[in-house]
Amino acid sequence: MIFVNDRPLPWEPGMRVAELAARIKPGADVVIVNGFPALPTAVLADGDHCWLIRRGEVPSAEEMDHLLHARHTPGVHEVLKRAAVGIMGLGGLGSPLAAALARMGVGRLLLADYDVVEPSNLNRQHYFIDQIGLMKTAALKATLARINPHVVVECLEAQLTEADIPKYFAEVDVLAECFDDPATKAAALRSVLRNLPGVGYVGSSGVAGHGDSNAIRTRRLRPRVYVVGDGESAAQPGQGLMAPRVGIAAHHQANQVIRLLLGVEEER
Amino acid sequence: MITITCNGETRRLAGEMSVEELICSLDLNPETVVAELDGRILNRSEYAVTKLAEGATLELIRFVGGG
Repeated sequence: MIFVNDRPLPWEPGMRVAELAARIKPGADVVIVNGFPALPTAVLADGDHCWLIRRGEVPSAEEMDHLLHARHTPGVHEVLKRAAVGIMGLGGLGSPLAAALARMGVGRLLLADYDVVEPSNLNRQHYFIDQIGLMKTAALKATLARINPHVVVECLEAQLTEADIPKYFAEVDVLAECFDDPATKAAALRSVLRNLPGVGYVGSSGVAGHGDSNAIRTRRLRPRVYVVGDGESAAQPGQGLMAPRVGIAAHHQANQVIRLLLGVEEER
Repeated sequence: MITITCNGETRRLAGEMSVEELICSLDLNPETVVAELDGRILNRSEYAVTKLAEGATLELIRFVGGG
């Protein structure tokens, strides 16, 4: 038995890479065997894992589905694929968070921001130099499509208020708060606790500077409600927002979103 | 003297105080704080008009900026 693009196939002695490619994926110009590029003349051994790639080709939805199944286990993948996650604010927290969730194959992402990409964002936010001046929603949607085009991404170009958060996010499974402004962070949590009892929540507070990585924590406020950060490091003159620490917090948030979607709940 | 529990700690207040006054006395900006009084999340407009009664349990969740 060999595995071709993660699917099992009967192995035959003397099987060569070129023959396999011609049979399974004509036009494949890159072949990876057990993690390393292989020559067309290479002979395959029983148990080999073989990837046939056409350079530049986008895998179909079915292929991507299969890949994520294999990487994340079917139990995880099926849950994430059916999930919807809202992300409020697409800055240093929201943009890497969205990228992580798209990589995980979360089925639907609802992205909210009212800002455009500025040069000063590029020290930490998941945008590119050729996206300066674009709406963050549109720029991030384009980037996510380059990561996994099969994730459904919806954009909301609005400055969210306490009153309209329940209106926009009533249907999501989990909502991530990635705002910059502390009053808006508080308003968002208040809004969700008062109006959206069924929605999981992952907020943020204290992510600036280059302090101890391990001071960034995921704290549980109540069942299905969490806040990530050290709780203290405000963005202020002399303590800016920087890619590593904001990124650590963003990925704490991403992991907690996944845990909520998978129904893991801490007893603490 | 009024005794309340704030974020798990016993706190003695000199006299009658609103939630807003308590938050300000802790050097916090009320706009950046979520307040839960006896299990109920308060609206922002309630902070100034809600008095802390003897035995009240208050949870304050404070946010700092950056994201």
